[in-house]
Amino acid sequence: MSEPVIKCQSVYKIFGANAERMLKEANGNVDAKTFQDNGCIVGVNNASFEVSKGEMLVVMGLSGSGKSTLLRCISRLTDATGGKIFIEGQDLLNLNNKELIDLRRNKMGMVFQSFALLPHKTVLENIAFPLQIKGIKTEDSINKAMDMVKLVGLDGRENYFPRELSGGQQQRVGIARSLAVEPDIWFLDEPFSALDPLIRKEMQDEFLRLQEKLQKTIMFITHDFDEALKLADRIAIMKDGIIEQLDTPANIVLNPATEYVRKFTEEVPREKVLLIKDVMDETTSSDIGDLKVSKDEIIENVAEKILTQEKTVAVIDSKNNVVGSINPAKIINTVFGGRKSNN
Amino acid sequence: MSFFALCFAIDVPETYKFIRGQAEFVKDPNQSAFVFLGKEVRYYAFDVFWRLPPLLGWLPIWINDSLFFLMNDWMPMEFWNEDTQEYKTRPLVLQITRNLTAFMTFLIELIREILLGGLETIVAFTSWDWIDANPWAELPGLPWTIVATGSAILAYKLGGKGLAIYALLSMTYISIFGQWKPSMQTLSFILVAAPLSFIFGLSLGVAAYKSKRVEKALYPILLVMQTMPQYAVLVPALVLFGVGDHAAVIITMIVAVPPMILLTLLGLRAVPPEVIEAGRMSGCNNWQLMSKVLIPTARRDILIGVNQVIMVCFSMAVISAFIGAKGLGFNLLLALNQLNIGLALEAGLCISLIAILLDKMSLAWANKQVDYFGNLNFFQRNKNALSFGVVVIAGILLAYFGSIYFKEGYNYLFEVPHNKGISTADFWNKGVDWIFDTFFVYIKAFNTWLIVDVLQPMRALYLRMPAIATLVLVVGAGYLIGGVRSALVVCGLTLFIALSPWWDRALVTTYMATFGVLVSCTIGFTVGTLCFQNKHSTNFMLNVCDIFQTFPSFVYLIPVMMLFGITDTSVLIAVIVYATIPATRYTIEGLRSVPAGLHDAATMSGVTKFQRLFKIEFPLAFPHMMLGLNQTIVFALFMVIIGAFIGTEDLGQYILKALSDKKGAGIGLTLGICVAFIGLIFDNLIRTWVGQRKKHLGID
Repeated sequence: MSEPVIKCQSVYKIFGANAERMLKEANGNVDAKTFQDNGCIVGVNNASFEVSKGEMLVVMGLSGSGKSTLLRCISRLTDATGGKIFIEGQDLLNLNNKELIDLRRNKMGMVFQSFALLPHKTVLENIAFPLQIKGIKTEDSINKAMDMVKLVGLDGRENYFPRELSGGQQQRVGIARSLAVEPDIWFLDEPFSALDPLIRKEMQDEFLRLQEKLQKTIMFITHDFDEALKLADRIAIMKDGIIEQLDTPANIVLNPATEYVRKFTEEVPREKVLLIKDVMDETTSSDIGDLKVSKDEIIENVAEKILTQEKTVAVIDSKNNVVGSINPAKIINTVFGGRKSNN
Repeated sequence: MSFFALCFAIDVPETYKFIRGQAEFVKDPNQSAFVFLGKEVRYYAFDVFWRLPPLLGWLPIWINDSLFFLMNDWMPMEFWNEDTQEYKTRPLVLQITRNLTAFMTFLIELIREILLGGLETIVAFTSWDWIDANPWAELPGLPWTIVATGSAILAYKLGGKGLAIYALLSMTYISIFGQWKPSMQTLSFILVAAPLSFIFGLSLGVAAYKSKRVEKALYPILLVMQTMPQYAVLVPALVLFGVGDHAAVIITMIVAVPPMILLTLLGLRAVPPEVIEAGRMSGCNNWQLMSKVLIPTARRDILIGVNQVIMVCFSMAVISAFIGAKGLGFNLLLALNQLNIGLALEAGLCISLIAILLDKMSLAWANKQVDYFGNLNFFQRNKNALSFGVVVIAGILLAYFGSIYFKEGYNYLFEVPHNKGISTADFWNKGVDWIFDTFFVYIKAFNTWLIVDVLQPMRALYLRMPAIATLVLVVGAGYLIGGVRSALVVCGLTLFIALSPWWDRALVTTYMATFGVLVSCTIGFTVGTLCFQNKHSTNFMLNVCDIFQTFPSFVYLIPVMMLFGITDTSVLIAVIVYATIPATRYTIEGLRSVPAGLHDAATMSGVTKFQRLFKIEFPLAFPHMMLGLNQTIVFALFMVIIGAFIGTEDLGQYILKALSDKKGAGIGLTLGICVAFIGLIFDNLIRTWVGQRKKHLGID
């Protein structure tokens, strides 16, 4: 794989008067309790991870877990107290003000929970805002913004003011604005949390559609575990500033690393999350039936078919090659087995 | 307990005269004296438990001397003089103030001559000789028809039909009743003072927002300026900038900038952090962030600040007539001085009309949502500018026809000269006489009763209290409410007044203010609560408060002088009327801020209207009502000080005296600080209490 787009090496963010000195003294062994006694609050504690090109990393955590702080360190809306952050190989924390502004103008886009639209500008002007800040001619920026309006499906409302739009529409404007400069890296800070459940689902689908088309490198913050499972390539679960586990949705559901993560996964309907390939046997047994299922199917969609078989079912890839097998017992075990409540 | 013990332990000394003469002016062998920093302070010594010696008596003298030193001796430098074509040695500060003065004068004259016509602006660019050679070169001034219709168009653009009609009617009224010239003088003064105050206030507000250090440096000044009577600032300005409109503009800026700073700061602070982050992520640099994101988002608060600035400007337009500002204010003061109530009423009415107009216009501007003009054609976009163009041409034509029609005498279509319009002064004067003739007996009886049975005992109570006892009382209150910190602040403020030579005067000021506040609060709380029972009356009352608040404070003196003549009663009634406004407003707002959910919950538990009022609404609204009390005190103090114009024996009288005194700057300023400190003592106590109470109730 090529160089990661975002790379964090033991990033710390500590709020408080002597945060830096305390961090140095702690020598890489930060304990939230001791820091709190000294008037410091630990926001992010030793976060290290990489995000590669076109990947969507979802950071999941409850409020106060430091997920938004982590995002703000990586977008440098706040300065990290310790550690290193690289954006496409550039050392983010060593950029001067001008370089930082350049980076934001060309490479980064961000969507906010409360939409954060400028109340005095129309939809079109809001979307054109980052372009105009960059110094692009009014006419060009308006044309480009108009394309964005179409992309998020707000045609006909481009001359409305934010106050005249519903929450979902406002967030579409926020998304369009963040995409206007065609950034490579896309930050989304709980973009759908302020929306009604139905609108939220609609926006998630819309978001997946966009991502399929655009293939951005994404960091997505949410407090909704289901949302994380639905969208993520990989999920990072945070608690008290520490990344508890960083893995694919399937692995998190199947092998929770800590007790905290397990609590989240307990209630998850696995058949809706896991794919066949997550649970199949890599070996192909000889006793195989006629039914073949794709390895990228969600279990729920094919469970009924598999369960009616008596024999093991072959698993194929997109080129129709058999890559593994799965037997009905395994499906039953996956869906119902291994849960505490089933003891 | 110790307080009462102190009160009774010390009797009034036999030699003590309530309201002492001013120590430093009278030389008397019975006086004691001390020398501090080379300044001799003379005073009558009493038992220190009774009255503290004026240990700060040197302060006004010292301020005076420093000012004179700055103006006349500090850093003399060579400056090029245009008129005499040679270098001249002048102290730096004097040169700076003179340049400022010239600049302000130019601005005022420019606007004044656009409205009224004149020579000064052209002279500023050329010379008197050039004017003599070219007698045609004179700004002609706009006919009143153009100004009136123009303001109506502006009003229409900002606030719609109603406001436009109001603008047209009031402007026409002003013209027909012959107040055009002074009104335009006042307007030109405001059109200079308000934008300048806005610019300074906005930039200082932005600076304070960006830097904690600037904010900390500004904070005490803002605090004192909030409670400082506007009178008091006049005196130092007189020394620095001399007499005239320019000094008035500068002084107005000093008074008007603090509220602008506060509101700018408030607005910028209220911008949601995510909007700022969105701006940053869009790649704004600091300047773009401020000008394209922060200020437009905080627009509403900033424009409310503009509204405040305009209101202060009107109030100052009258007060600064004391230092020679021309216009309605000057006419008003003159008329009051001559006891010509009718004339005063006319001038006061005009100034109130313009004040209400500008107030409504700026508020309409603040609440106006920006429209999108992208898909309008040229005529639709510029229809207001175009119609103004048409009005200008029509107005000039009218004025031209007028000049043919009114060949002899005055061209009424161009300008109705002062005192040539319709005047209602005689009518009002007769009215006043009639009121006096008819009701004199009753008014006098009421007056006597009030003074003898209420005011004098109250005044005696305040004055008989030994200084130490008052100090213990105030500091004790501070300790009980806000702990040691509050006690220390309050103690410092009180000590400053007690150690100044004007403790007795301050007591008189406080007694008048207290009386006013007590009555105002009783009225305000009652009226507010009653009006709150019905939605329509609530809105009606808030509107009434708005309009009353728009009147420049001096205007309140007119009707009370009409009814009660020149007595303390007049002042007190003006105080009560003026201070009732905030009391009523805050009561209504406080009651309104009680959450609707609680209302419903209370109703569902079956309370009666009275139970709801006393068990739920009052306790919750009380902190906000106390903030109203705070405002009431500030308003009352202002009016008491202004009341000195009618003749009261308090601090205000000395401020007024200092205005006509060559060495008055230090005295005026120190007196102003004393008044400000009286306000701040109550401010500190009330705010601390409200803060705790709100925290306790979990509001905010």
